[in-house]
Amino acid sequence: MAPQKVVLRFDAKISDQPVIYKLVKDYDLVINILKANVNPQKEGTMVLDINGEKAEQGIDYLRSLGVQVKSLTEQIIQNEQKCVSCGACTDICPSGALYIERPDMIVRFDSDRCVVCHLCVKACPMRAMEVCF
Amino acid sequence: MAVEKTYQEINARIKAGKAVVVTAEELVSMVKEKGVERAASEVDVVTTGTFGPMCSSGAFLSFGHAKPRIKMHKVWLNNVPAYTGIAAVDAYIGATEVREDDPLNSDHPGEFRYGGGHVIQDLVARKKVMLKATGYGTDCYPRKEIETEITIDDINEAILFNPRNAYQNYNCAINLSAKTIYTYLGVLKPHMGNAHFSTSGQLSPLLKDPMFRTIGIGTRIFLGGGIGYVAWNGTQHFPGRNTGEDGTDYGFAGGTLSVIGDLKQMSPRWLVGTSMIGYGATMTVGLGIPIPILNEEICRYAAVGDDELYAPIVDYSEDYPNFKSSSLGFISYAQLKSGKININGKEVPTAPVSSYPRAREIAATLKTWIKKGDFLLSEPVQLLANADSGIVANSLKG
Ligand code: SF4
Ligand code: SF4
Repeated sequence: MAPQKVVLRFDAKISDQPVIYKLVKDYDLVINILKANVNPQKEGTMVLDINGEKAEQGIDYLRSLGVQVKSLTEQIIQNEQKCVSCGACTDICPSGALYIERPDMIVRFDSDRCVVCHLCVKACPMRAMEVCF
Repeated sequence: MAVEKTYQEINARIKAGKAVVVTAEELVSMVKEKGVERAASEVDVVTTGTFGPMCSSGAFLSFGHAKPRIKMHKVWLNNVPAYTGIAAVDAYIGATEVREDDPLNSDHPGEFRYGGGHVIQDLVARKKVMLKATGYGTDCYPRKEIETEITIDDINEAILFNPRNAYQNYNCAINLSAKTIYTYLGVLKPHMGNAHFSTSGQLSPLLKDPMFRTIGIGTRIFLGGGIGYVAWNGTQHFPGRNTGEDGTDYGFAGGTLSVIGDLKQMSPRWLVGTSMIGYGATMTVGLGIPIPILNEEICRYAAVGDDELYAPIVDYSEDYPNFKSSSLGFISYAQLKSGKININGKEVPTAPVSSYPRAREIAATLKTWIKKGDFLLSEPVQLLANADSGIVANSLKG
């Protein structure tokens, strides 16, 4: 089976658990961690490359723990015409992809750090964060 | 010798291209460097700016008559209801009104994708807007229905009239509950997961003339990218001072303005339809006020920096909704802007919901207009009530 890219989002309860180890050991998967981030509130996001026969079962296991799993086929872009640098998205973004550049207070978007969680898409009051496929 | 200048003297210098104009941000550092007295004698005008979501905004539109005539009883613009209980073809489109078919918060949190603020932005962007109206038919206005496209240039008048804008100061909002909440100050994460604030601090118009020494009825301002005027005090204008539990003075708060201007000369960059998830639609308004430095007192007030301006910290999960006064303390705008604050020993990430870069752009634009001699200062016809006037807020019974 071809490897698939997935985005995981999980809360503080899960941050301390060895879930990746379980995926490798119990489901015999080859896991490549592309991005991982845990913020000060211990909410985590992770982008994984998953490869193996039991990939689907592994993903079901993650979901059973309350981890949100989404496949990574989309990208998020910041529409610079619409963004007014208000900043309201910067503490909502779990991965630090949206951040304020000080001292000018301009809001920047680093797509390399984006884990496509979609939180900013709805939280942005100007609808400046867009999903593209 | 004490500095005393008049509006006439300052305007004469503006016309001669000799006025010294600085932004409020520039004045803060200038006064730190040179002192109030020298700054007050050198500077003629200080420009301010703010760009944030401002409910209590909207526009009066006068459409012109159709053939045959209709006395409009209900009006929709792009399916957003406007209020037409004013006259046959006049209506007021309010920023927070949403489409007839908006799901609101039925699938919580609602998205409120399109509302009156978006209609106003589309109008100033010179886009076509669908006007639909119904009437009950009278002898002089027989028609009962009309559906037609309009643009801002097709209609007779479009007047932006915002009954309450430019809040002098605002709360720093946090959430003490265990679940995420959706407020007009954005998404607040549980257990003080973040803190939101919404003024431009040291650039904010009413924090720079906090005692309303120069801002009053008739003051000419930057509004929505064009020129506007202060029409009156804003609704809920309760000018006062914030005081800590121990009696510490945390500066001014509570003043508001009502502002007016010709919508046709404004711009979609400075009037932006806004959707606060789970809360509703509104409009983000760009507003800037020039402050004439008539004397040292005015200069001293205008030179107060982010480190000396404070916002009260308020819990929006329990205290704010239940109208309880909360006492979580005060925090300076310098700290709020740093990205992290400390509340009761916990480090909390902060984010603004009003744009500081855009506020700065407004102050800079106003400065350019004045320096070029295009924009003269107007002496208010009447000043507004200030913190000494002892206005007390009423609340509803029931
Ligand atoms: S919330 Fe939207 S408009 Fe505001 S800074 Fe973020 S992307 Fe830009
Ligand atoms: S989708 Fe938005 S909120 Fe999520 S990581 Fe990407 S930029 Fe941040």
